[in-house]
Amino acid sequence: MENIVKQIIDKYGSDSNRLMDILIDIQEEFGYISRKAIELMALTLGISQVDVEQVITFYHFLSVKPRGKYAIYLNNSVVSYMFGRQAIKEAFEKEVGTTFGKVTDDGLIGLFDTACIGMNDQEPAAIINNKVFTRLTPYRVREIVRHMREGRELEELSNESYGDGKNQHPELKAMVSSNIRRKGMILSDDYKTGKVVQSILPEMSPEAVIAEIKHSHIRGRGGAGFPTGFKWEFCRRAKGEKHYVVCNADEGEPGTFKDRVILTEKPELVFEGMAVAGYAIGGEEGILYLRYEYRYMKDYLESVLDKMREQNFLGSKIGEIEGFDFDIRIQFGAGAYVCGEESALLESLEGKRGEPRDKPPFPVEKGYLNFPTIINNVETFATAVRIIEKGGEWFTQFGTEDSTGTKILSISGDCMFPGVYEVNWGFNVEDMLDMVGAYDVQAVQVGGPSGTLIAKDEFHRTLGYSDLSTGGSMIIFGKQRNLLKEVVLNFMEFFIDESCGSCSTCRNMPQVMHNKLLKIINGKGVKKDLTDLKEWGKILLASRCGLGQTAGNPIISSLKNFHHLYEDLIQKDKEFDEGFDLTASVKESCKFVGRVPNFNHH
Amino acid sequence: MSNLIKFKIDGVECMAEAGTYIIEAAKKNGVYIPTLCNMPNLKPKGSCRICTVKINGRLMTSCTTPVADGMEIESTSAEISELRKSIIELLFVSGNHFCPSCEKSGNCELQALGYLYQMMVPRFPFDFPVKGIDASSPKIIKDQNRCILCKRCIKSIKDAEDRSFFAFRGRGNHLEVVLDAELASTMTDAQAEEAMRNCPVGSIIVKEKGFAIPIGKRKFDHNPIGSNVKV
Ligand SMILES: Cc1cc2nc3c(=O)[nH]c(=O)nc-3n(C[C@H](O)[C@H](O)[C@H](O)COP(=O)(O)O)c2cc1C
Ligand code: SF4
Ligand code: FES
Repeated sequence: MENIVKQIIDKYGSDSNRLMDILIDIQEEFGYISRKAIELMALTLGISQVDVEQVITFYHFLSVKPRGKYAIYLNNSVVSYMFGRQAIKEAFEKEVGTTFGKVTDDGLIGLFDTACIGMNDQEPAAIINNKVFTRLTPYRVREIVRHMREGRELEELSNESYGDGKNQHPELKAMVSSNIRRKGMILSDDYKTGKVVQSILPEMSPEAVIAEIKHSHIRGRGGAGFPTGFKWEFCRRAKGEKHYVVCNADEGEPGTFKDRVILTEKPELVFEGMAVAGYAIGGEEGILYLRYEYRYMKDYLESVLDKMREQNFLGSKIGEIEGFDFDIRIQFGAGAYVCGEESALLESLEGKRGEPRDKPPFPVEKGYLNFPTIINNVETFATAVRIIEKGGEWFTQFGTEDSTGTKILSISGDCMFPGVYEVNWGFNVEDMLDMVGAYDVQAVQVGGPSGTLIAKDEFHRTLGYSDLSTGGSMIIFGKQRNLLKEVVLNFMEFFIDESCGSCSTCRNMPQVMHNKLLKIINGKGVKKDLTDLKEWGKILLASRCGLGQTAGNPIISSLKNFHHLYEDLIQKDKEFDEGFDLTASVKESCKFVGRVPNFNHH
Repeated sequence: MSNLIKFKIDGVECMAEAGTYIIEAAKKNGVYIPTLCNMPNLKPKGSCRICTVKINGRLMTSCTTPVADGMEIESTSAEISELRKSIIELLFVSGNHFCPSCEKSGNCELQALGYLYQMMVPRFPFDFPVKGIDASSPKIIKDQNRCILCKRCIKSIKDAEDRSFFAFRGRGNHLEVVLDAELASTMTDAQAEEAMRNCPVGSIIVKEKGFAIPIGKRKFDHNPIGSNVKV
C-alpha cells in the first residue's frame, strides 16, 4: 500500500497544491484514506496530519473509513423524493441488509446519502463507484445488488442501456440522458469546432475580443450575473506573471443539470471558449473544475481535449498565432456545494478545504495561486465562442435589453417533459410551464434553493437579471405537494449540510431556523415564530459568501409567497409560547414512573 | 506615514494609512470595533462576523476590509449593534457556555461581549449540542463545548517547521477544531500558554494549573472589553 501511495504523491510532484488530486486517487484506489496514508502525505508534504485530515473531512466523497467495494450514493434532492426515493431507499436497505450511512460487514456495499447529483430530469438516481444509475426502481435496485453479490463488474451492472446523444460515445457509455428539448445558439449543431480560434482570432487583438464581449452585454451564466467583458478586462489589466482561466463546472445548485448536458454534448465549445478567454486575458493555462459527481465524464472529456490538441485548437501557436499558447487540464472537486463559489473553488483547486475567501481581493486580482484569474461558468464560455464568431451586435438581438442572449434552463419536477431548454431571456414563467407540459402547478422554485419559491400570482414574471434572475434551475411543484414539509425542509437541510462552517452565522442560523420550521410543521408553532423567522433570517446577510447569505431563502421566500401555509399550521389561540409544556411534561414523567396523571386537581 | 487617507466612522473624521484594515485603523483612532476571531499581525479570516459594519449600504467585516479614502463606515447604529448582539446570542446557544464553572470567566471575550451588548436571555432556543472534551494531550484540554471556531489557535500555534498543531475537522455545524495527536506530544509549556491566551473563550485550557488569577481580578472584571481602545 505504501508504495502505491508514494507513487500517487509522486505523480503530482509532491505538491501540496495538488492534495485534492492525491486524496481522490487514494480514495479511488483503496476505497478510503487510511491513517498510514495520512501519515505518509503529512510527512512528504511537510504538513501536520490534522492538516491532511481537515481537507479529507471537508469533502463528502473522501473518507477516513472504508466506504465499501461498491459505494452507493443515493441522491437526496427534493425531486428524487418526488419520484420515489423512499421506495428506492427501502429497497436498497432491505436488499443490502444495512442502513444508509453504513457499510456491510463483509465490506462489499456501502450506502450513503448525497446532495443533488445533477440528474433531476431522471430521478431517482444514484452514483455507484463513479457511474451514474438513473431512473431507479425497486426491481432495478434488487437486480443491481444481486449482481454485485455475484461479483459482476460495474460495467455489467449498467445493463448497457445507455442514454441519448454523446452519452453513447465509447469513452462515456453513460446511462444518463441529455434530454435536450429546445436548442438555441449553444446547443444547436451549426458550429464547427475551431472556427473561432483558427479563422477569427488571427484577425483580432485580445483587446478587440474583450471589446466584442463587452458589446454583447453578456453576463455570467453561473447565477451572479457579473458582466463577463468587464471581468476579462479587469483580469487582463491585473499585474501578474501568469494569468489563469478557470471554468466553473461545480454545478451544485440543486435542480441544475444544464452544465452536465453542455459538457456532454458540446464540450468542444466550452474548451474553445476557455481558449478564447486565455487569448483575451493573456493566459496560457486553463483548468476545468469539475464536480466529482461528474467523474464519469473524465475519460470522455480527456479524449475531447486530446483531439483538440491534435487539431491545434489547443496547445502552442493555436491558429498559427505567434504566442497564443493555451492548454487545459481537468481538476475535480470531491463533493461540496460551496466549492461552486468562485473563491472556495480556488481554495479547492489549491488542495485545501473549500472555504470561501474574504473579498477584496477578487480573483481577477489574486486568484489561483494568487495569480490574476477569471472564473466563468460552463455556459458563459460556450456562449463567448458564438459571440466572437458572429459579433456582439448580433448577440444583442436575442433576449432583452438588460439580459441579452439565450439561457439554458434545467427544468424538473412535476411536468411532462423535464430536461434542458435553451430559450431567449425574457421568457415568462407561464410560457415555460406550458412549454414543458406542467399542469396544476402550485409553485416554481426559480434558481434552486438559494433562489425564490414563487406562486401563481407571479407566473407572469419574466426570466432576466432585472426580474427573475436564475442560474437555470427550475423546479416545478404540483398541487399535490406539501411545500413546507417536502420542499422547504429539504432545502434547509441542504444548506445545513453544505455550509463550510466558517461563519458563525451560516454555521448556526440555518439550524435554528430549521428547528423552528419543524416546530411549526409539527403543529407547535405560534404567531411569534413567523415574525421571528423573518427577523432572524436577516442575520444571515452578515455571512461571508452567497451560501450563507441565501441560506434562509427557502423559509424567507415561502413565508412571503405562501404565508397561508404557515398561518394554517400555527396555533390560532396563542400569540407566543411558554417554551415549556407543563401538561406534556407531566404526562411524560408519569409514563416513566407508571402513574396516571390527574389534571383535574384545580 | 506618507500615505494618509481620511475616512469616517459613525460620522467621526479619522485618518489612517491606506491599506490598513478597518478594525486596526479604527483602533488607532480610538474607536473600538469588537472582534472574536481577528488577531493583530495574522492574516484575517472573517469568520466570527462580529466586526461587521455597514459601508455604502453593504455589510462588510472590518477585520478583512482595508480602509479607503473617503469611506463612510457605520459601526454603532442600532441595526449593527442589534446584529452583533444576535451573533453573540447565536454563539451562546450553539455551544454549551456555563460561565460560572469556566476557568476563563472574566478573561473570556465572548462573555465580555455578552455584557457589553447587554445580552440578558438569548432570543434563540438553546440547542444544548452534545460535544466532547479532548484531554488526551499532555499539555492542554480542548473543550469543544466552548469552542467558537474562530481559528485563532489554528493560525497562531505552529511548531518549528511551521506545521499547525490545530486544524478544522468536518464542516457545517459539525465543524470542530482538533489537535494533532502526534504534534501535541511535542507542545512546549510556552506554546500551551499561548494557545490558551489566544483562545477568546475557554476552549483551550492548560492542564494542572487553574485560577492563577482569582475571579474578580481578571481582565474584564472591572473594565468592559474595548475600554482600552476608547479615547
Ligand atoms: C454557494 C455558491 C455556489 C455556486 N455554485 C456555482 C456553480 O456551481 N457554478 C457556477 O458557475 N457558479 C456558481 N456560483 C457562482 C460563482 O461564485 C461565480 O459567480 C461564477 O462561477 C462566475 O461565473 P459567471 O460570471 O460566468 O457566472 C456559486 C456561488 C455560490 C455563492
Ligand atoms: S457563508 Fe457559509 S459557506 Fe460561506 S463562507 Fe460563511 S460559513 Fe462558509
Ligand atoms: S473579527 Fe472580523 S469576522 Fe471575526
